[in-house]
Parts: sequence; C-alpha cells; structure tokens
Amino acid sequence: MKILVAVKRVVDYNVKVRIRADGSGVEMANVKMSMNPFDEIAVEEAVRLKEAGLATEVVVFSAGVAQCQETLRTAMAIGADRALLVETDVELQPLAVAKLLKALCNKEQPGLVLCGKQAIDDDANQTGQMLAALMDWPQASFASAVNIVDRKATVIREIDGGLETIEVVLPAVVTVDLRLNEPRYATLPNIMKAKKKPLEVLTPQALGVDVSPRLKTLAVTEPPRRAVGIKVANVAELVARLKSDGVLA
Amino acid sequence: MSCLVIVEHDNATIKSSTRNAVTAAAGIGGDIHLLVAGSACTAVAEEARRIAGVAKVLLVDAPHYADQSAENLAALIVAQAGAYSHLVAAATSMGKNVMPRVAALLDVAQISEIVSVSSPDTFVRPIYAGNVLATVQSSDAVKVVTVRATAFAMAGEGGNAVVENRTAIADSGQSKLLSRDLTVSERPELSVAKVVVSGGRGFASSENFHALLEPLADKLGAALGASRAAVDAGYAPNDFQVGQTGKIVAPRLYIAVGISGAIQHLAGMMASQVIVAINKDPEAAIFQVADYGLVGDLFELLPELTATLS
Repeated sequence: MKILVAVKRVVDYNVKVRIRADGSGVEMANVKMSMNPFDEIAVEEAVRLKEAGLATEVVVFSAGVAQCQETLRTAMAIGADRALLVETDVELQPLAVAKLLKALCNKEQPGLVLCGKQAIDDDANQTGQMLAALMDWPQASFASAVNIVDRKATVIREIDGGLETIEVVLPAVVTVDLRLNEPRYATLPNIMKAKKKPLEVLTPQALGVDVSPRLKTLAVTEPPRRAVGIKVANVAELVARLKSDGVLA
Repeated sequence: MSCLVIVEHDNATIKSSTRNAVTAAAGIGGDIHLLVAGSACTAVAEEARRIAGVAKVLLVDAPHYADQSAENLAALIVAQAGAYSHLVAAATSMGKNVMPRVAALLDVAQISEIVSVSSPDTFVRPIYAGNVLATVQSSDAVKVVTVRATAFAMAGEGGNAVVENRTAIADSGQSKLLSRDLTVSERPELSVAKVVVSGGRGFASSENFHALLEPLADKLGAALGASRAAVDAGYAPNDFQVGQTGKIVAPRLYIAVGISGAIQHLAGMMASQVIVAINKDPEAAIFQVADYGLVGDLFELLPELTATLS
C-alpha cells in the first residue's frame, strides 16, 4: 500500500506574526518558515507504518511556492520516499489544495492519505475532509491512534467529549492530531540522503485544476488588546479583587 | 436568503453550541431552519422547535444517523442544501469534521470558525492562533460556515417552529463507530462554563494536578481545563485541552495555574472576561494577558486559595 502525505509550509510556530504596515496581510519577509507541525506528525506516522511493513511507499505532497521544496526535503529526511510539488504563486485555499490532491490520488492510487488536522497559519481545518469528499472516500479526522488491518483502518479520534474509535474502509483520508506520535529528529545522514530522493514538480494547469481563491480577504487586523493587568501580593488580595469585580461571590 | 443550522445532539438533548450557531445565523438574516439528523431523536426535534427565532425543523430519523458520521451527515446536508443560501454549524469537533465535507461536495469554500458576521457574504475569523483577525468575503452561491460558539450568545427559548420529516439517504457504509469513551464529569462543560480552572506542566504529576485543582474547581463550580503540555504529559485527558487546536473558552473567570502561556494556549482563553495567572516564574508569558497575576509556588498558593474560598 502506498501512503500519500500532504504537507504545508507555514510560518514557524514560534514566530510572533505581525501585520504588514499597509494592512494587506501578514508580514512574510524574512520570517522563519517550517513544516506545519501537524503535517510533521502525519509524515512520521506514514514512515512508521512503512517501517512496520504496512506500507510500501510514502509519497509526500505540497503545493505553493518553489520554497516548498525545502519542506518536502524535510519530509524525505524523516523518511518519505519521494515528493510531489505542485508549484504556483497563487494563494491556495483548502478547496484548491483538495482538488490538487484529488488529481494526484487519481494518478498515484494511494491506499491511505494522511494530513495534519489543521495548518497553524489559516487555522482552516478543512483540506483532509474536503479531499475525502471529492474522492468519495471515508474520513477519520483528529486521529490520536491509527491501526491498519486487512484494508481497513481503526482510528481513535479526539472529539469534544473525549475519544471515539471508528473503523473506515480503505482507501481513506486520516487527519492527525497532536498526540498521534512524536516526530523524530532527522539525522544528518538522512538529511543528506533526502537531497538525492526524487522530487517531481508539477503545475495546477498540468493537473487540470482551477486553483483560483473562492474567499477574498478584505482586511486583516489585530485583535483588541487586553488591558495590562496587575500583580497581586497574596491570595487575600486576589480574592478581594475578584470579589470587587463581581466574578467571585 | 435562508440558513440551515445543523443541530448537534446525542439523540436526547441538543449541545448548547448549536444555540450559539443559531444566533450567528440570525445575524446573517433570513429564515432559520434547523436540521436534526439522528436516530430515535424526536425529543431533539421537540427541543429544537422551541429555540427562539427558528422557523422550521427538518427531522431525519434513521439508525445510520445515530452517530452523525461525516459521510452520512454530509450527504444528507447536501441533499437539503438547494433551498438555502447558508449552511451553518458550530465549530465543534462535529462541525469541523462534517462541514468541510459538505462544502467540497457543493464545490464551495468553507469559512471556518467565524467570530462575527459583517454581512451575509462577509465574515470575520481568527487566523494564526487568534493573533490576526481576517475579514473574508465569499463569492460562492452557498456559504458553508462554522461558528466559534464563544463569540455569539446562546439563542434562548420561545420558538414554536413546525417540524417536517425528511427522507433519509442510504447508509454509505464507509465508516463504523466502534466505541465512544466520553469523559464523565459532574462539573460544567468546559466550553460553556462560567468559571474555568486550568492547570499546566507546573503540577509535575497527574496526582498533583487532580489533588490540587479539583478542590478549587469544586469550590468555584468550575470546569477543569489544561494546557497542551499537561495533556501531553498525561495529567489530563485530551478533551481538557484549551488552545488553538483544543477548546476555545470565554468564561467570566479563567484561572491559569502553572501554565507558562504559549501563544497556542492563549489563543484558547484570551476572550475570557477576567484572567488570573498563578505561576512561579514572574516572566511567564501568561502574566502579559492576566488581569491579576500571583507569583509564587502553586503547591502553597493553591491550597491557600481553596481554603480562603471556604
């Protein structure tokens, strides 16, 4: 079974994002970029499934600007076998990415697609579910455990009230949550090896996919700031303050 | 213009976040209809028809809707979508699971976790863990929207909507629920609690977390929350996690104990009315958003606070 993993290049999770002076968007110049942390967990899971003999090949996908190649090399340093980049300068929204993935699923015929549950830049949490819909495949979102047996996946999902376990027929899309695994650090030899692994560059046009955005961003603003608080000296003062604010009886 | 709001329920009662989604729909305008899809869920339809502002309840009762699986529910919503300009659900784990699937089947964008409605086609939503607010406009014929519950009031009682039965669609058979392991608690639900007491890695063990936080939560009638670090360390179950990718809360009082305040955590509690932080590190980021900060050892301060409230 082949596994396809979708990864996104995003502003590193440690960066405090700033809005451009002209309010046109988020400042991206000279900002550290990394693989979306959830996608790293997805890559790790795919590699572990391969190491366990449950997958034969791990193909990693990304879409966006040419620099996404770095993100794909990182995924191959973790252990993915080869990479596909759909290169475009167009702002890609989840539906467009799902359509690109659909085109590649039709070509590659994976038995399983793994995605991060959400990207930490647009916080959309959509692409995996959308791909499952477009392929008419089942989906298992927010996975904290994945077991593959006999062309079926048993997935533990993190839901609002706790956990649920579902069984989906493969091929399926699984989107991964934080506690599925802890991604390994890529070793230097593996980083070197990843440079030689195949990376194919495609275009949306070649795949016949219209990636035009459906949502137009009219404005980006900073959320209202909280007023600066105070330090209280002790528990008694804290309780007195909360009582005078009316939040404690 | 008309909105179809997807009702989240357990076949017995409605999840309160659905009421917040109804308020968001009222802000969009037009008729508000509710979709109740479940199994033996007449009581849910009865509760739904009494929500203020609702004109009609569509009831689809069939065994394969009992679990509200994404595959079956999305197909059903799409079958009803023709009559509506907006399809709306709360941004819960259910709404986030189902609505992108609906949007893709309709070939439209999905607008995630809106915090306000600017106009019927324009919405405000947080991005970058809530550090930026984006105003987005949709050009699609149908708007598929999920709603951040804490940003909208709960719709009250007083409705008197008609209930119409609709036909189920065949079971997709693609997915099967094997088990649900839900956290049972006497405490209020985290996402709607008036007071939340959250703990972080500062507790150093699961035993400390529960032994010190639970008495305080009991005194305050509070829900328990946790930082990602505390959940990852096994101090608390996953459904306690407050933050960018966990629960979004906005209680009247949020007490963060032993939580350093990563931006991912702040994203989940910044909208709280009053924030209290207790942490031994005076430089901890949590103090930058706290109304009241108390620097010190939580192992001494927490029992003292609990005792003071007695």
